[in-house]
Amino acid sequence: MSLGEKLLQAVIIIALFFAVVGVILVLTSKLRSRLGELIQSAAFLLPTILLLGVGLLYPAISTVRLSFRNNFDKLWIGFDNYKTIFTDSDLVRVLINTALWVIITPIVATFVGLIYAVLVDRSRFEKTAKALIFLPMAISLVGASIIWKFVYDDNTGILNAITDTFGLGRHHWLLSSPGNTLLLIVIFVWVQAGFATVVLSASIKAIPTDIVEAAKLDGVSGVRMFRYITVPSIRPTLIVVLTAITITTLKVFDIVRTVTGGNFKTSVLAYEFYVQSFRSANRGLGAALAVLIFVLVLPVVIYNVTQMRKVAR
Amino acid sequence: MALTAAFVSAGMVLAGCGGSDDGGSDSKSAGGTSPGEGKAGCEQLTQFGDLTGKKVHVYTTIVAPEDQSQKDSYKLFTTCTGATVEYEGSKEMEAQILVRAQSGNLPDIAYLPQPGLLNTLVTQTSTVKEAPKTVSDNVDKWWGEDWKGYGSVDGKFYAAPLGANVKSFVWYSPKMFADNGWKVPQTWDELMALSDQIAAKGIKPWCAGAESGEATGWPLTDWLEDALLRTAGADTYDQWIKHDIPFNDPKIAEALDKVGAILKNDKYVNGGIGDVKSIATTAFQQGGLPILDGKCAMHRQASFYAANWPKGTTVAEDGQVFAFYLPTVDPSKGKPVEGGGEFVAAFNDKPETVAFQTYLSSDVWANEKAKATPGGGWVSANKGLDPNNLVSPIDKLSATTLADPEAVFRFDASDLMPAEVGTNSFWKQMVAWITGQDTKKTLDNIESSWPS
Amino acid sequence: MTVIDAPLEKLEAASETSRNELSNRWASMGALIIAVLWTVPTAGLLVTSFRPEDDINSSGWWNVITHPSFTFDNYKAVLGGSQYSLTDFFVNSFVITIPAVIIPISIATMAAYAFAWMSFPLKNTLFILIFALQIVPIQVTMIPLLKLYVDLGLAGNDAPGGGFYTIWLSHSVFALPLAIYLLHNFMMEIPGELVESARVDGAGHVQIFMRLIVPLMVPAIAAFAILQFLWVWNDLLVALVFGGGSLDISPLTVALANLSGTRGADWYLLSAGAFVSLVVPLAVFLGLQRFFVRGLLAGSVKG
Repeated sequence: MSLGEKLLQAVIIIALFFAVVGVILVLTSKLRSRLGELIQSAAFLLPTILLLGVGLLYPAISTVRLSFRNNFDKLWIGFDNYKTIFTDSDLVRVLINTALWVIITPIVATFVGLIYAVLVDRSRFEKTAKALIFLPMAISLVGASIIWKFVYDDNTGILNAITDTFGLGRHHWLLSSPGNTLLLIVIFVWVQAGFATVVLSASIKAIPTDIVEAAKLDGVSGVRMFRYITVPSIRPTLIVVLTAITITTLKVFDIVRTVTGGNFKTSVLAYEFYVQSFRSANRGLGAALAVLIFVLVLPVVIYNVTQMRKVAR
Repeated sequence: MALTAAFVSAGMVLAGCGGSDDGGSDSKSAGGTSPGEGKAGCEQLTQFGDLTGKKVHVYTTIVAPEDQSQKDSYKLFTTCTGATVEYEGSKEMEAQILVRAQSGNLPDIAYLPQPGLLNTLVTQTSTVKEAPKTVSDNVDKWWGEDWKGYGSVDGKFYAAPLGANVKSFVWYSPKMFADNGWKVPQTWDELMALSDQIAAKGIKPWCAGAESGEATGWPLTDWLEDALLRTAGADTYDQWIKHDIPFNDPKIAEALDKVGAILKNDKYVNGGIGDVKSIATTAFQQGGLPILDGKCAMHRQASFYAANWPKGTTVAEDGQVFAFYLPTVDPSKGKPVEGGGEFVAAFNDKPETVAFQTYLSSDVWANEKAKATPGGGWVSANKGLDPNNLVSPIDKLSATTLADPEAVFRFDASDLMPAEVGTNSFWKQMVAWITGQDTKKTLDNIESSWPS
Repeated sequence: MTVIDAPLEKLEAASETSRNELSNRWASMGALIIAVLWTVPTAGLLVTSFRPEDDINSSGWWNVITHPSFTFDNYKAVLGGSQYSLTDFFVNSFVITIPAVIIPISIATMAAYAFAWMSFPLKNTLFILIFALQIVPIQVTMIPLLKLYVDLGLAGNDAPGGGFYTIWLSHSVFALPLAIYLLHNFMMEIPGELVESARVDGAGHVQIFMRLIVPLMVPAIAAFAILQFLWVWNDLLVALVFGGGSLDISPLTVALANLSGTRGADWYLLSAGAFVSLVVPLAVFLGLQRFFVRGLLAGSVKG
């Protein structure tokens, strides 16, 4: 295809999409009855339900099914895959690591993102400042893995250069567990803080000005403003950010994959799932690990549901 | 006979890839007059008729810059048949080909870098077509029985070999050796004596790197395999691969300890890089580079390591770096050579696919490829390959090592073992071993991961 | 590159108490420290991308301070590499990314509106389900989804639209759960009275959505658009798996991933490649930042 044809394809798909959505909206816009509201809801939700049902729900269900099958989906083997998981000695380590990731990453990344978003808000350098913390998100994974190689590498890493300068000696940073897991988490916090900043900043900007002005008139400022006005106002968004990062963390596998390859006791569930499914050619066991990730996210789902109930009018 | 064959293949075409427009009764030829009729080198390909406008989609692990010589070597095929080759290289191919096979989105041909992958594709997805007679005949003619075996699963022949590499090489600096009066060792004992001699001079004789992203550890599995071939011999090696003897057999432990005597010896490693543990964190690409600075004397790595020397390095017997054959324990028992290579699997039997398979398995292609690779870095075990067409000294050395009548060639064992071991626990446990785990526990752990 | 907020202090100090001045100084310090910590690793990559191959392999990037030695060779190699020029891959990345940002965000905004302001049976159950679907990793979907595309005739060598449809569809699918979740949250912050009063005035859902909600949601939509742009722009997996396998439609990431060569020997080129690829998302971020404005919502509340 020529460049022009490709661009044309992009224009066509966008035009097609808006045409279809537009027609549906116009057709349903005149409906006012109770049934009309139902039809309108259906029109608003149809694309979502269609895409998610086919693209995510169906694969998720077939994964659950696959987790009871053998390595290449040939035989039913009951709970054998799950038994394997819980009898494998390495897996305890994997579970502990996953727990470390899921607890530390969202809290630290959200905290840094929040502080930073508040600190640079309204400052003259806000745009530049946000662009800087956002850089890690914009860098491709390949770039990120090289960046951190130049931090943790034995010979060309800056960490060893620093400890050497201060007389603390040189270390194999990535070899010693459990410190190495923390070092990997640092990478992900570095990436996710940008996400937290961007979303929280949008939320901070949506705090009604009159609330802030009123607080200022009452002499509230600085840390107290942060604690009593900013944080409560954006609390729902904070939960959203924490939740989103938690879920992303449960799914992250490429950092472990590129930095240690799961060696030196740094593996996490999502990476084990990837290894079993696509390297060990054991799809059944991989599926069981994926189901375990689904299960782990349940508490997050439940917490969010209770929070939403509270907010719901 | 011919009728049945045509019937079966027509059925396959209908079932496999609907929409194919060749309704001809001949199962192989597309009909018409081949554009290669009467041209030199096209003799085998004219039988496929006129394939003008047809495309063969090839999926490989070979990416830029190495892909250029591949593409160049297909020019003769296009001249002979009229068909063009659509080339796709990706380093994620090994995982992706399984995904594509299971979802039915297949290329026409894939170059599989491991026989183990072929085995998985054949037994688990049943998507690979058995090799056509033209290919099978070519392989019988130009390759040894062992190579045909690596392309077969359960006695059926599927994939013809393509390129090859020699793993049993030790890289060194000829100048450094000459300056110090060191001789290339001829036996394992001489190798160890030389190591001591070098260590006595205050130079750590060996350097190594095992880091390779998610495949971290593979250079260490190669070490063990090479050592096992030398201490226990090819028969034990074969039994070990088939799991006729357990992975933690005493013979394997003996071989691993022999490797440990070098790689886990702080006096021997890790020249120019650090201590023993630094092997685990040093990228395999960088493992041999200290040789250039004179900080390390020897680096055991495959022929393809030639590509890792910085541009401008002369790789030759009288140059800055070169390789010698990793000596064996008892030279009277023959010369074990460990190596690897790719295999050509086809997922349909369209005339253009079969024509391309046939072309790749011929001596004509092997020589075309050699000529298309002026920079070196490619060899084949194809007996029809004229060594004079190879340009670089290391390729010539590889070719002569493979062709040596005394050589006992064996394929990289981890590439032949089940994926659970070959591309998972074997790598991982070797990494654990180099960072401190003892030999027994390492081998026991791998044994327990062997699929039942 | 400076983010030091020193002039800012002067600007605001006059109107603030001395206590605030102190907290402002600390605030600036804090922001500065975070900014530096977050930027140093990337700066290292930038420096590396201009260093010669041998130096990269043998010494850390900060050694340029004492032994400066720079080259454009890495960029030359990256920009003038293979038979496909990098321009092709840039165009492919745009062709993939733009629809893959616009379409899911539009769909998600509509769905978020439905969940926030419409009433229909099973609303909460459906929302929880969509929320929970965030956890499904892309790898889980690869085989079932690709199988479906093959059956529908969307994937393969003669796919319609050159094979772009599967990539657009997949990106849309993967973006939806988080997009709906985030946008729904922002939408819930819009005061209910606004929507109610519009309804009383006789506006239908479509009018409210188009005239009231979408304009109010601009900052949130911009924030998510930036994120979605990044994810799609930097995505390798979806392009590899669902892209039908042709380099003709491959995005920049696929080209960059192959830069290091078959045996990974030329990996030092990746630092230059990473920066080439970084330019566009950064420009998008800076461009869309002006939509992050204060007061859109605050203003409407007053009115």
